[in-house]
Amino acid sequence: MPTQTTTPIEQHTTPLTSRSSLTRLAAIGLVVLVVAAAFLYLGGWFAPRALTPARFVDGLERAGATHPGFRRNHAKGVGVSGFFESNGQGTRLSKAAVFRTGRIPVVGRFSLSGGDPYAADAADTVRGLGLLFRSPDGAEWRTAMVNLPLFPVKGPQGFYELLLASQPDPQTHKPDPKKMGEFLARHPETVRAFQTFQSHPASSGFENSTFNSLLAFRFVNAGGLSVPVRWSVVPVQPFVPADAKAAASGNENYLFDALIASIHQHPLQWRLILTVGQPGDVTNDANIPWPDGREQVNAGTLTLDSMESEATSPVRDINFDPAVLPAGIAPSDDPLLSARSAVYSESFTRRAGEKKEPSAITPSEVRK
Amino acid sequence: MNTNTTPERQQFTGSMRFLHWLTAALVLTMLGIGVAMVASLANYHTLVSIHRPVGILILLVVVIRYVNRRFSSLPPFPVTMSSQERFVASASEHLFYAFLFVLPLVGWGMLSAAGYPIVMFGSLHLFPILPHSLMLYAALRKTHTVLAYLLFLMFLAHFGAILFHTLIVRDRMFQRMAPWRVRA
Repeated sequence: MPTQTTTPIEQHTTPLTSRSSLTRLAAIGLVVLVVAAAFLYLGGWFAPRALTPARFVDGLERAGATHPGFRRNHAKGVGVSGFFESNGQGTRLSKAAVFRTGRIPVVGRFSLSGGDPYAADAADTVRGLGLLFRSPDGAEWRTAMVNLPLFPVKGPQGFYELLLASQPDPQTHKPDPKKMGEFLARHPETVRAFQTFQSHPASSGFENSTFNSLLAFRFVNAGGLSVPVRWSVVPVQPFVPADAKAAASGNENYLFDALIASIHQHPLQWRLILTVGQPGDVTNDANIPWPDGREQVNAGTLTLDSMESEATSPVRDINFDPAVLPAGIAPSDDPLLSARSAVYSESFTRRAGEKKEPSAITPSEVRK
Repeated sequence: MNTNTTPERQQFTGSMRFLHWLTAALVLTMLGIGVAMVASLANYHTLVSIHRPVGILILLVVVIRYVNRRFSSLPPFPVTMSSQERFVASASEHLFYAFLFVLPLVGWGMLSAAGYPIVMFGSLHLFPILPHSLMLYAALRKTHTVLAYLLFLMFLAHFGAILFHTLIVRDRMFQRMAPWRVRA
């Protein structure tokens, strides 16, 4: 570094009195404090009740027992892998490489909602499927879908309250009906959603469930045209109604075991269906379904042919953050996408630093 | 590079002043975005999408700035600064360079260790600089926060010291780095 020498400075005519020095010192202190306070304000320090990602996950942890190392929701799961074979139809809607004709690798995770990684399988527990598509250009598309036809609530705050109300009581292992009743009294949109769910009964297992993005996204094609899209993966395996006998068998993993048995028989397939919204269709509220008869594009076939316990599968260490999108798929104006991304990241960060415990679906379970 | 230096020059060179204020604007924006995004549900995604490329931009700017600093001559310290103060000023300058270089690298490293694609904008991605490892991610994620809070405290001390010199000692400290040209 160049050397620094000293040169005299210009003299001030009148020195400051000690009184005005103190005044100036106080003013400087105040300015520095205001800057620090502005920073803390941005960080939400003056809004201790506002729902933040950390408070969202705190709430999930308080509501159920904490299970270190596991996802704070959809804790019970199993890893799968396979490929997506695009038929090229999706390129009309999106320039993302995943829609070009060809085959790309996919990893995924089937899960059941709830914070308990050892909870007993139940037919009416929400089923999840997280997928990660990796295209040759290095772009990734991650999605976390569920087997519900629409989102049960409006916005992040409602979602938080619903998750708390539906957490099983640690004693009874069942949601507290009083809490749920109070929630439903304040959320007529959830009552309506639950009525819709009753007319869409769950299928017998993961392998014949339809999984939906629920949220709307913006698909942008090579010409720059942007349209709202909601996607689903629709099983090639035929629908079979839920089997009460299997549920009552006493096997706590009966849904996962059926999935393992069926993937050992033959690869499981789903069609990727893109539903295209029309101007005026609601894109900022996944609680509101789009009218029937919207254009549906079959973009290709997802094949899942291999299964692994979380003990060995790469998916244990993947955050299926639904905001990880390739160029050609963009977020819509639904605030829920950002909220989910924030909460997933918070859950991911917490479990990343924790010791990993064995999953309910063990490697030997998967080999059966 | 020293040709424009005269014995009377009290100001840093134009390029040094430009890079200083560019860094100041970028870093304060980043500290604000960083602290806001981790507390936000609705704006988290938008803020993270800005935070990533601006972090990499700061990494580039600090490398350019460091090289520029090595090849520039500096104005002398004002006589009002004691030798201890000069030591603190030089040490904090080096500490700022270290933080501005390491913080973006830790950010890049932690996204790599988390297995996230490191998206800049559009389809432009950066390569991972560390292997996918959750324990590594957890450690780097914490480090990123701690370093950022320390950087903010360093900024407050720097800001307060300049105000103290300029308004109380009245040694025209601010003019040394003023964005405009000051004739000696």
